[in-house]
Amino acid sequence: MSDTPLSLRDWLLTDTPESRRQAAWGRLYRLWRDFRGNGLAMAGLITVILLIVLSLAAPLLATHDPATQNLANRLAKPSAAHWLGTDELGRDVYSRLLFGGRVTLGMVVAVVLLVAPLGLVIGCVAGYVGGAADRILMRVTDVFLAFPRLILALAFVAAIKPGVTSAIAAIALTAWPPYARLARAETLTIRNTDYIAAVRITGASGLRIILRHVVPMCIGSLVVRVTLDMSSIILTAAALGFLGMGAQPPSPEWGSMIATARRFILEQWWVPTIPGIAIFVASLAFNLLGDGLRDVLDPKQR
Amino acid sequence: MLVEIDNLSIAFPSPTGDSLAVRGVSLKLGAEKLGIVGESGSGKSLTARSILKLLPPQAKVAADRLTFDGIDVLRAGEATMRGIRGRRAGLIMQDPKFSLNPVMTAGEQIAEAWRAHKKGSQRQARAAAIELLDQVRIRDPKRVAGAYPHELSGGMGQRVMIAMMLAPDPEMLIADEPTSALDATVQAEILRLMEDLVARRGMALILISHDLPLVSHFCDRVAVMYAGRVVEELSAAGLAQATHPYTRGLLDCMPTLSHPKPRLPVLARDPAWLT
Amino acid sequence: MKGRWRSLAATLASVPITLFGLVLVTFLIGRVMPIDPVLAIVGDRAPMDVVERTRLELGLDKPLPVQFAIYVNNLLHGDLGRSVMTSNTVWADIARFFPATLELATLAILMAMLIGVPLGVLAAVRQGTRTDQAIRVICLAGHSVPIFVLALVSLLLFYATLGWAPGPGRQSVAYEDMVTPVTGLLSIDSLIAGDYGAFRDAVAHMLQPAGVLAYFSMAYIARMTRAFMLDALHGEYVTTARAKGLSPLRVIWRHAFGNISVRLVTVIALTYAGLLEGAVVTETVFSWPGLGQYLTVSLLNADMNAVLGATLVVGLTYLVFNLLADALYRLMDPRVR
Repeated sequence: MSDTPLSLRDWLLTDTPESRRQAAWGRLYRLWRDFRGNGLAMAGLITVILLIVLSLAAPLLATHDPATQNLANRLAKPSAAHWLGTDELGRDVYSRLLFGGRVTLGMVVAVVLLVAPLGLVIGCVAGYVGGAADRILMRVTDVFLAFPRLILALAFVAAIKPGVTSAIAAIALTAWPPYARLARAETLTIRNTDYIAAVRITGASGLRIILRHVVPMCIGSLVVRVTLDMSSIILTAAALGFLGMGAQPPSPEWGSMIATARRFILEQWWVPTIPGIAIFVASLAFNLLGDGLRDVLDPKQR
Repeated sequence: MLVEIDNLSIAFPSPTGDSLAVRGVSLKLGAEKLGIVGESGSGKSLTARSILKLLPPQAKVAADRLTFDGIDVLRAGEATMRGIRGRRAGLIMQDPKFSLNPVMTAGEQIAEAWRAHKKGSQRQARAAAIELLDQVRIRDPKRVAGAYPHELSGGMGQRVMIAMMLAPDPEMLIADEPTSALDATVQAEILRLMEDLVARRGMALILISHDLPLVSHFCDRVAVMYAGRVVEELSAAGLAQATHPYTRGLLDCMPTLSHPKPRLPVLARDPAWLT
Repeated sequence: MKGRWRSLAATLASVPITLFGLVLVTFLIGRVMPIDPVLAIVGDRAPMDVVERTRLELGLDKPLPVQFAIYVNNLLHGDLGRSVMTSNTVWADIARFFPATLELATLAILMAMLIGVPLGVLAAVRQGTRTDQAIRVICLAGHSVPIFVLALVSLLLFYATLGWAPGPGRQSVAYEDMVTPVTGLLSIDSLIAGDYGAFRDAVAHMLQPAGVLAYFSMAYIARMTRAFMLDALHGEYVTTARAKGLSPLRVIWRHAFGNISVRLVTVIALTYAGLLEGAVVTETVFSWPGLGQYLTVSLLNADMNAVLGATLVVGLTYLVFNLLADALYRLMDPRVR
């Protein structure tokens, strides 16, 4: 230990970390420093955080009950009473937007939690084990990749029952193959490296190699992929809602809000446009964040 | 003097401030063969490429003087540089696998270089390409002219590269480790070919290499670079009189048949060389 | 050359397996659905014996694998079943609606390509500058905007406010049924008929939905072009080209771009297929009588034969474009052996 007191920054940036933990934190700090310099990415990060906070605090921030109708005051312009106006049933658009964020972000989180680990495991196993398992798994991903995502999701939802749960299941079902592909490709390159050979020589089991050495190497590109994918999950969920196959009214999902207000686009244009902007902002925020993360985590892909 | 470099420095921006890759290099070159020797990262390539202004876009270049035949390269615009590149000075790079365009045939690439600087028709350019391939001693120039780079061996590729750079009849050739990526037997052939062509055409040559004896055998003068500086400049014949410890160290690391040593010494680096 | 054909053959050999999976997936979707297909056909109030007879006719009493065999057999005979909604065969419906989508997607991909590729090249050449940043933002916006919102806003702006674009639909009422269908592509059919008024009308109606549809693809193509170009521009052969004294334009387009054009063609082929997805939503907003609208209307009416038929056709188209992209890559790139 050195005698001079270390500032946290020095501790993080040292070239000679004393523990694995310090090295890991140091690496994170360096990534953060690179990331911070990217204005667009920071804007994305701040917006994402803001979206999460707004959705979590929706009951506190909402000015009205999102479900209360007031047919006497339908399609109102934004005003002091209704900050973003009211919809075709006189419900407060601002409050519905806040609660809609919960639906959208909830769907995103659910899909990612379902898909990312599944895809990662399938891909890593296929890539590491190789042979017949690899061929079969990749053939299955081929089949799923052979459909445009939204159309397969539509067919699935129609077969089960329109609603949030089936929308999540349908999106998840269509979203996992790219993850498997990605994890497999990464695994294949990692598998043949010398350090994996070294680990194998020391007698590590296949499972240990996959979990301790292969999976961590895939995480970087996976995080980038997940973040970018969140935006497309938002868009698919919204499109499902818009087509009447996702969250069902009266749920304040943004896509279905646009669907019900669509016919007012020419006269009361703000009613369908405002949730549209919300979808755009959310999706753009995740895209900016993912783009920035890619620059930091995967500089060669720029 | 064809090339005059005075106090050249090249820096690259990094998060912790600019890092200097070349610091205060001065060189002069007439119609002669100059060798630049140094290890990876010593700045030898950057120094040579700065003459053609072919540095990475983020490189910051400064010099008291950097001229090619009296033309101020530092202040020259892209149009002026295009008059120098190819036409007056050619550049041969290390590995033909990467330095040749993979989706154009060898013949097309040579013809393109010829047409860029000489007025002539497509057909004349093609004929010139085949003639040039013959000059670099390719046995079946017609076939090679129609071949894509991946269909050629390393040695053949490097011959194509040489033919391409000779097409506009330049006065100077920069060869940046032209044989490092080749098999040992092919290396000698390529070097002999270059030596022959350079002599016959009376061209100036800058040969960059990390192989000190090879360069001294081949060139009139040798500049030894270390960490972005020229630490020593000597005539090739006077290599034995080298005084700088780095050059001496390099020479001592060389196994010889006439004075066998039980064990080769390891180069001891002195931090003082950096200043 | 021989090796190239062989690798192509290997790719082709994998098609039947993918195809089989495709059919199996649509079949399974059709069988898990909660709506009783018999009731969908005969109606809720049909007597029990009619229901039972239809069930037997449809083969629904047989075990799943047998049903699947029947389904595949029907498919092989071009029988996708009958649409409850239109009471035509699904195949006839698709034949009617598909050209409209194809026409829209083709115009969209042309627009996307003509704008996206130069934009991507420009961004790569100006890497890190303000131009690059601006293009990046334009592209990210293209990735982020929900296509139906873009469509609605575009209708509001160009149709309702500015009056530049004609309204929804594929042609004006005045021209309806005036052009004899030959290819099913209105713009081409009107040219064949020599009716330039109808041609102008058809193109005018296409521009707006195609433009909306093109934006996402444009963003994707521009991004990919930029990434590929950056890669290419760092290539040693680009330094060689510059060392030869070539003009910057020639270095960029002949050497760098020449190296990525094949990869780009495959990206564009895949994007083209991806447009089918955007078409579902765009067609709904613009009342464009194409496959996408057919699919959504069938979905809302629980017309399962139509849904599965359309899904299968879209999947097939996707597969064909994937293959095409692969084939183009293998045949055009001299490096692939």
